[in-house]
Amino acid sequence: MPDGVLENPAATVGVPVLEVRDLKKHFPVRKGLLRSVTGHVYAVDGVSFSIARGQTLGLVGESGCGKSTVARAVIRLIEPTSGEVRILGRDILSLNKEEMRASRRQAQIIFQDPFSSLNPRMSAGEIVGEPLLVHHTGSNKERQEKVAALFDRVGLRASQMNSLPHQFSGGQRQRIGIARALALDPQLIIGDEPVSALDVSIQAQVINLLMDLQAEKNLSYLFIAHDLAVVEHISHRVAVMYLGRIVEHAEKRALFANPQHPYTEALLSAVPVPNPRLKRQKRLVQGDVPSPINPPPGCHFHTRCPYATEQCKRDVPPLVEVAADHWAACHLRKPLPASVLSDAGD
Amino acid sequence: MSPPPSDSTPHISNGSDAPDTSPAGSFEAELAKAGANVRSRRGMAVFLARRYPLGGVGLAIVLLFIFVAVFAPYITSHDPLSTNPAISLGAPSAASPMGTDFMGRDLFSRVVYGARTSLAVAFGATLLGVLFGVLIGLASGYLGGWVDLTTQRFIDMLQALPTLILAMAMAAALGPSLVNTIIAIAIPKLPSIARVIRANTLSLREMPFVEAARAMGMSEMRIALRHILPNTLAPLIVLATAGLGTAILVEASLSFLGLGVPEPHPSWGRMLSESAAEYVRTAPWLVIFPGLAITLAVFGTNLLGDALRDLLDPRQRTSN
Repeated sequence: MPDGVLENPAATVGVPVLEVRDLKKHFPVRKGLLRSVTGHVYAVDGVSFSIARGQTLGLVGESGCGKSTVARAVIRLIEPTSGEVRILGRDILSLNKEEMRASRRQAQIIFQDPFSSLNPRMSAGEIVGEPLLVHHTGSNKERQEKVAALFDRVGLRASQMNSLPHQFSGGQRQRIGIARALALDPQLIIGDEPVSALDVSIQAQVINLLMDLQAEKNLSYLFIAHDLAVVEHISHRVAVMYLGRIVEHAEKRALFANPQHPYTEALLSAVPVPNPRLKRQKRLVQGDVPSPINPPPGCHFHTRCPYATEQCKRDVPPLVEVAADHWAACHLRKPLPASVLSDAGD
Repeated sequence: MSPPPSDSTPHISNGSDAPDTSPAGSFEAELAKAGANVRSRRGMAVFLARRYPLGGVGLAIVLLFIFVAVFAPYITSHDPLSTNPAISLGAPSAASPMGTDFMGRDLFSRVVYGARTSLAVAFGATLLGVLFGVLIGLASGYLGGWVDLTTQRFIDMLQALPTLILAMAMAAALGPSLVNTIIAIAIPKLPSIARVIRANTLSLREMPFVEAARAMGMSEMRIALRHILPNTLAPLIVLATAGLGTAILVEASLSFLGLGVPEPHPSWGRMLSESAAEYVRTAPWLVIFPGLAITLAVFGTNLLGDALRDLLDPRQRTSN
């Protein structure tokens, strides 16, 4: 599998498969008899990233940080409040209903829950073939053949096409979900915690399947997870989210070896090490994520950050390049001087 | 957080990877969960008969009534409408097993033909109620917004009146006829069906499989019909069956009050009203047999409805 190439996210060769700029999704909070808007949940608050062809961006963060909202907003399952989403260079937020429906074949999604993501009343074959039916692809027979081929590709038997979802195991169900996502030959697949609900051994199989498919079809993945080990395994680049913002974004190895943001550092220190004799490091972060309805001013992380200063409580830190192709949003990290940046860009 | 998948030693999967048994609302899945042999029709029938003996009795009663209604001309030897003053108010005998009424009409024939009226009204009203209830509930739950708001207030209005009062008002307004009786009984059924379908739709439209359908570019109409409607089938069957008994009872009540099915259709309710006051002492069979028919029909549909609810609604199920 090709490893991540060190490159500026904005300067990838060719058109990125997915480009997101300053994406925001604010959910109104309504209260009272008249359902008047009393505030907003700042689920996603200015997120930017891009994914090159054949690459995987791992998006990590605690639950409630807005990862799943990002996943849904980039394919307009949720209408973003503002921002720009380009799939293969095309701004999908400006498309009308019909255009959007047609262009949906370029990006598909795999869900976390293998149980509720399959209609319990449809056979596995119908589920996988449905996207083809919706887009009027091929004749009845051609669709059948394509579905059989997809079953074979994801490691299911074609003879299982007539079985209902409840007759499959969790791992098999997730394979059905993957086959459904592949049916339209998309360029981009969004995985919203696609393995979190599975057994660890099954997780490995599904991840390997996803990586094989990527190598074979040159797919791009937006892989959302809270499990850092899984993300480290599958991603080329990793972005860390905290309360609706990306706080760090870098090539995978750089991020795991040399985290620049205190939050990333804390997340990494929380990963269990499979060695009982190793003494555990002191936990860096205490407490819970603050409410996204009333996020703390300045750096959202300052309430839990062990290094927080007065400036952190006041100013929002911008996401700056603190080392070559390593971006962090922290007042304690200084951006690289311009000369170094231009060298790195060559 | 779980250890990295690459490090994990392969092991035999624990429970969480076993074939799942609990998707919301799946018929087959619910049956399988209860231990039925879903693959064979016979195995399933045996399982159901053992598990729900009362439901079996209910089904038998309902089937009996359907049989009687369909084959009425072959079962009876008298025309239910032909009068014969000579044998007016005759007691049950070999010739007329249930006796005759004040006009000398054979009561057995009238009760048998009455099953046609009762079942036509019960099934007709249920079908009509389900059709429009589903339409209203689906539109209300799926579209939301002002559609939801207006339909729900309309439903509130209907629900404010008791079933019989509303049916009476409708029947009085529409005038007595078989079709109007069906409509009058169907309208009070709307609120409960629409509410249940709406509630189911509200939870189903947030399901990931609906999101997946949207992500593949499926139209909203198709999502509602293909992904949402089939998954509301279980509660719908329960509601419809449970409502059959009420429909029979309301028809009898309307006919008793003179607002239901008009002459010449024999109706159990009207048979009661014609004879209750005057003849209950002198010719009690005129009250007993139509009353028994109503009781048995309602009893049968209720048993069947209860069994279906136990089977299809896991929240009601107490043990496995």
